[in-house]
Order: sequence, then C-alpha cells, then structure tokens
Amino acid sequence: MDLRFGEEYEAFRAEVRAFLREHWPLRGAEAELTLSRQEQVFRERALARGYVYRHFPRVYGGSEQPPDALEDIVLDQEFAAVGAPRDIRGIGPAMLAPTLLDCGNEAQRLRFIPPTLRGDMRWCQGYSEPGAGSDLASLSSRAVQDGDEFVINGHKIWTSDAQSADYMFGLFRTEPGAPKHAGISYLLIDMRTQGIEVRPLRQMTGGAEFNEVFFSDVRIPADSIVGRRGEGWKVSRSTLKHERNLIGDPRFLRNAFDALVELARRRERGGRPAIEDAHVRQRLAEIEGYVASQEFSAQRQLTAALRGEAAKAALPTLMNKLYSTDTTQRITRLAFDLLGADGLIAPVPEEYGMGSRLRTPGGWVAQYMFAIANSIAGGASNIQRNIIGERGLGLPRDLRAPGS
Amino acid sequence: MNFGLSDEQELLQETVRGFCAVEIPPPRVRELFDAGAGHDPALWKGLGELGVLGLIVPEAYGGAGLELLDLALVAEVLGQSALPGPFLGHQLVSLALARAGSDAQKRAWLPRLASGEAIGAVALAEGAAAWEPQTWRARVDGGRVHGTKTFAAHAALADLLLVGVEGGELVLVERGAEGLALADQDGVDRTRPIARVELANSPCESLSGGAQTAGRVRDAGLCLLAADAFGAAWRLLHTTIDYAGTRQQFGSTLTQFQAVKHQLANMATDVEPTRGLWWFAAHAFDQIPAEAERAAAIAKAHVTDRAMDVARGAVEVHGGIGFTWECDVQIWFKRVMFDRAWLGTPELHRARSAQLAGW
Repeated sequence: MDLRFGEEYEAFRAEVRAFLREHWPLRGAEAELTLSRQEQVFRERALARGYVYRHFPRVYGGSEQPPDALEDIVLDQEFAAVGAPRDIRGIGPAMLAPTLLDCGNEAQRLRFIPPTLRGDMRWCQGYSEPGAGSDLASLSSRAVQDGDEFVINGHKIWTSDAQSADYMFGLFRTEPGAPKHAGISYLLIDMRTQGIEVRPLRQMTGGAEFNEVFFSDVRIPADSIVGRRGEGWKVSRSTLKHERNLIGDPRFLRNAFDALVELARRRERGGRPAIEDAHVRQRLAEIEGYVASQEFSAQRQLTAALRGEAAKAALPTLMNKLYSTDTTQRITRLAFDLLGADGLIAPVPEEYGMGSRLRTPGGWVAQYMFAIANSIAGGASNIQRNIIGERGLGLPRDLRAPGS
Repeated sequence: MNFGLSDEQELLQETVRGFCAVEIPPPRVRELFDAGAGHDPALWKGLGELGVLGLIVPEAYGGAGLELLDLALVAEVLGQSALPGPFLGHQLVSLALARAGSDAQKRAWLPRLASGEAIGAVALAEGAAAWEPQTWRARVDGGRVHGTKTFAAHAALADLLLVGVEGGELVLVERGAEGLALADQDGVDRTRPIARVELANSPCESLSGGAQTAGRVRDAGLCLLAADAFGAAWRLLHTTIDYAGTRQQFGSTLTQFQAVKHQLANMATDVEPTRGLWWFAAHAFDQIPAEAERAAAIAKAHVTDRAMDVARGAVEVHGGIGFTWECDVQIWFKRVMFDRAWLGTPELHRARSAQLAGW
C-alpha cells in the first residue's frame, strides 16, 4: 500500500503545472473573449499536449493517449486546482461519443464525434418515457421504417437540456413483434426536425432542468440508426463498459461536505457558530465517515482496475451510486437543519443551478430537494438495491410477470 | 499509487483464515463462548506457532517485524471467526513495549510475547468510561501504582499488564504483583471477558514516551477494533444471507422477497465500503503520522457503528430464532458490541475527530 504517485507521475505533474501556468487563464486580448470561447481556445492547446480527450483517436478530435488512469487523475487534480477546463462534461462527450466509438459506423463517428468534443454539437438523451421508468425496456415510442426514413411517434420524459440540444440519442421500438429487449433501436435525431415539441417540466425546486419531448410523425433519415435494427438495447449498454463512468466521483462528495462544514461555521446556534455545537459536530463527523468510506472505496476500485483485477472490487463498484446518493442526502439533511427558519424560504431562480446550489441558504434548500432527484435518476435506489442483491450477493431475481 | 493488499498480505489472511476454519469452527466457538473463559490454550499456542502473535514485534526480539496494517488484516479474520482469546490487548502490550520499553524490558518480555508463551493485557479505562489518557487518575509513586482500572480485557490471563496512569503515562505490572486484585465484570462478549483491576501500591515499571505512547497504543487499538468489527459484520451478513436463502415462508425462500433482499443489500452497503476506511487508518498509523490519529478515530467510530447496524439487521432477518441464546448470531452481535464500546464509543471518537479537524 502506497498512496504516493511516485517519481514518474510527479514529473508528469510538474509538466502539467508548467503548462497550466503558461496557458490558463488566458492573457492579453484572449482574456477579453467570452468564457466559452476562452475555454475553446485553451482546450485546443491542451488537446495538442495530450491533456484532454485522451481516450479518443486523433481522427475524431481526441488526443489519443495510451490509457493511464494515474495520469488522468493527476490531470483532474491539477486542472481543478486552477479552474482550467478539461473535457467538456455532459452526456455528449461522456456517453454518446464513446457509444459511437464502440458501435457507430465510420461516417457517424466522423460526423458526430469531432463537433461533440469541440462543444459545437450538444446532445440530449431520449430514454425514459411516462410508462417506462425503472423498467426502461418496456418503452413504447415507436419508429417505423418507411423507405429510407424512420417515422417517429411517441413521448420521452426527463430529458435534460432538450431545449438547447442540437441532437438527441434515444431508444425507440422498431420491431413491435419482438421480445421487449430485442425490439428496440438506437437512433440519432436532429432536434430541429419538424414534428418535435419540447415542453419544460417544472420541478419541485421551481427550476425546469428536465423536459418532455413529443414526437408527431417525425421523419429522420434511415442512416440515423446506430448498430442494426433491434440492437438498440445492446448499443445503449455499451457505454457501461467504460468503467470510469461507473467509479463515480467522490470529489463531489468531499466538495459538498466541505461546503457543509463551511455552512456550519457561518450559521449560528445559541449565539455561537453552529460548528461549536456538540450535536452538530457529532453529525458532521458521522457524515464524514461515509464520505471518507466512499473515497477509499473508489481508491480500492482504482487500484483493482490498474492491476487488471477489477473483479476483486466488483461488489463496492455496484454500491457506488446508492452510497454516493445516500451520502449526499445525509449532507443536505444536516444543511437543512443548520438553515433553521431560512429553510422556509423558496430558492430563487439563480439558486436552481448545480453550480450555485451549495453556496447560499436558498441554494442549499434547492439542493435539499435535488438530492432526492439524484437518488432517482440513472437507476433509482431500489433498483440499485436489486442490482447489489442479485449481482453482488447472488440473491435470486425478483419474480416478474411472464414475458416482462 | 496503490491502495490494495500485497500478495503477502493476501496470503497472510488466507493462512489465518485456513487456521481458523480448522481450529475454531462455529461449534468450537460456541463451546468456548458458553464456557466463558474466552480462551483456549491450544488455540493460543497455535496462533503463536502461526507467527501472528509476534507479527509486529521487531525481528531482533523474535517477531516478524511487520506493520499495523498486517496486524489489522489478521484482526479482520479473527473478528470473522469470533476467535476467543487475548489477542487484542496482547498486541497493544507488544506495541507499547516495542515503542517505549527499555532494552531490558524488551529483552525480558518481547520474545515471550511474540511466541505467546507470555500473555499481555491492557488496563486503560477507569470508572464508567474514562478511556482517554488525560482522564486517567491511577497514581504512581516510588515505583508503585495505586488505583482502580476497569474493563481490562483478559486481565485474568495476563502475565504482564499494561496500566494507564496519571498524566497519560503507561506502566507495567507483572502477574502476582503485591496488591494486584482482579474481579470479573461479567462482560457481554464472552469471547473477550473483562475485569476490574485493583492496584494497591503494586510494584510497577514505567515505559518512556509519556502520553504520546499512550496515544499510539490507543490509535492502534482503534484500528484493530475497526478491523475486528468489519470482519464480524461481514460474517453476520453472510450467515444471514445463507439463512435467508434456506428459510422458507409463504412457499419460497426469504431471499425471494424484495423486502428481505433490499435489507440484505443495505446491510452489505453499510459495511463493504468501509473496508478502505480501516485499511487507510492502519496504513496511516504505519506511514502517514500526520493523519494517523484522526483516521483511527473516524475508522473506529464509523466501522463499529455500521457493523452494529448490520448485527441488528442480522438478528431481525433471522426472526425469532435470531433472538435465542442457541443461535450463533448473538456471538458475533456481542463481538461487535465490544468493538463498538471498548476504548470509547463512536461519540467519543467523533468528538475527537471534530477537535482534530480544527472545527
């Protein structure tokens, strides 16, 4: 056991730091550009150095570096330390682009991956439907092939960023007679196509990050399919092979916990900072037990992956989502208590967004509610418990209705 | 960057696991549990021959010269097996001697402790719960110690007692010393009986290092308790999964019911992610002094608390049978009770960790 990175990686770190000192933030006239333009300019330079999009081939706009998880971590740490942008976050670069690498054809890769990585093409995900939540494969929005087109009718829901997205990748039923998992296709849809209507879905926080998307006789070219007809379920699962996505990011928990400690320092109890209160200290210390557990669990998973022994850490890997979202809820519950009567005030629109949630009392109120959404999205907690029980502990599968 | 066990460490656990499977299967644990002495000389001798009793004793004194992480990995397996015996206190005495004993003290005791020929035990607490070195009131005057210590695990077996005294100092008292009297305290965990220790001007020898040594002994103890509790919780989880997989109600096994499946998944999720917490605490004890004290406090508080949750769940899923004396669940349940309360409850160590964080 040795938590140091070692000489080779410290040398790499020094190199990265020198690069960042020289290139971020931008200087002179470039500093006057809009922030997103500045990030683009910087990202091009980082790309040339092999610091961003390391897992994508150059021909698709990546920097094509040999896989090295420790270099990735050093880059994450050093870029985060100075607030420099790395890979664009979001489902385009994180989910769609790797899926095309695995399952797309050459024309699709060349057409979609480079602009997605540059940030010029934004994506939304069309998976969930009103009748297909945890049981996603029961989805019923359909696409019927008509010559060299698919005609789509149906209704998707919980679609983040649908208003701003250029394209949707989504799952649609193309083979109505087939068993449910075998009747689905993975389609890429231009959101400007006629017949698509996006309606924002107002959430309990007051914000509207999610949408409903309605399809009425939407016609898209038949070559918009990734993989073959009926293979869509398999295509959508291919992203899961990219393990990094599964390990989760314990830095989010640590950052949220640090923000909670800050809140405890600022709030008062009996005329003294709340953090001096014995009960508050107990709760903080207990929550830190969960946060630290997840950090070391992630470290274990990383080591197992580096050694090519990921199977040894299979069980904790299955727990990442449930553990992280439960811990986030613990953090927000204490925050809500620290707010006292300020917890009665509704958040204002500026406090709805992810970036502002952990700063102001209203932001914490928004996060207090949003933490529940995290326990639902991407596989609800009870689904996670099924996965842990069945795949992790070898317990029997649930009884299901025949054919479902 | 490597947060995993070495091949040697995995082999060590494998070896101890194999030993326990043969020497201390559940029926034998049950016999010893019911007998109440918390000890089996043959078992102890076997542990000595295996080399685990001298694991952290320097090689020059007949030990293996390994680190606390290695010892914690053994403690995990012993917790899994609910092994009755004075292992815990014995190791803390060896650790204190190796760190703060004089050459003469080391020569006199370490080889015998390493082999298991002599048994060590610690007498740290006073009154109802004074575990912390700065709260100790036993007095030392002219090479004699006077005071009352409580919850001294396996003190009745000890050839050498490590006693905490005023100022957070540590002294050694030998078996049969003048003025030394023990009274069994009827501990709940019958794999590790506890005693009240009366010292009436008993001859003693001091260790060096003062309260700093006592702090290190405490931190090591916290790591070992966390590892033991983790092992016990793991055993309880799997015992419960096995039971639920065979117990039939309403025409199917309990594991077929989602309510039970989810409870088992929650129990697993309580305990499994904490493995790295005590690994790190022990590793920090060995290699990262600046983080050691706080890491040990967090690990002990969190792991033993979660292990207790698992233990309660284990009884519940077993149903009525789980509440009986006859059912072995109680053995591990009480093992975890000990791990949680001994050297101080989670509340004490959370308060310490808050203090150490500068909150």
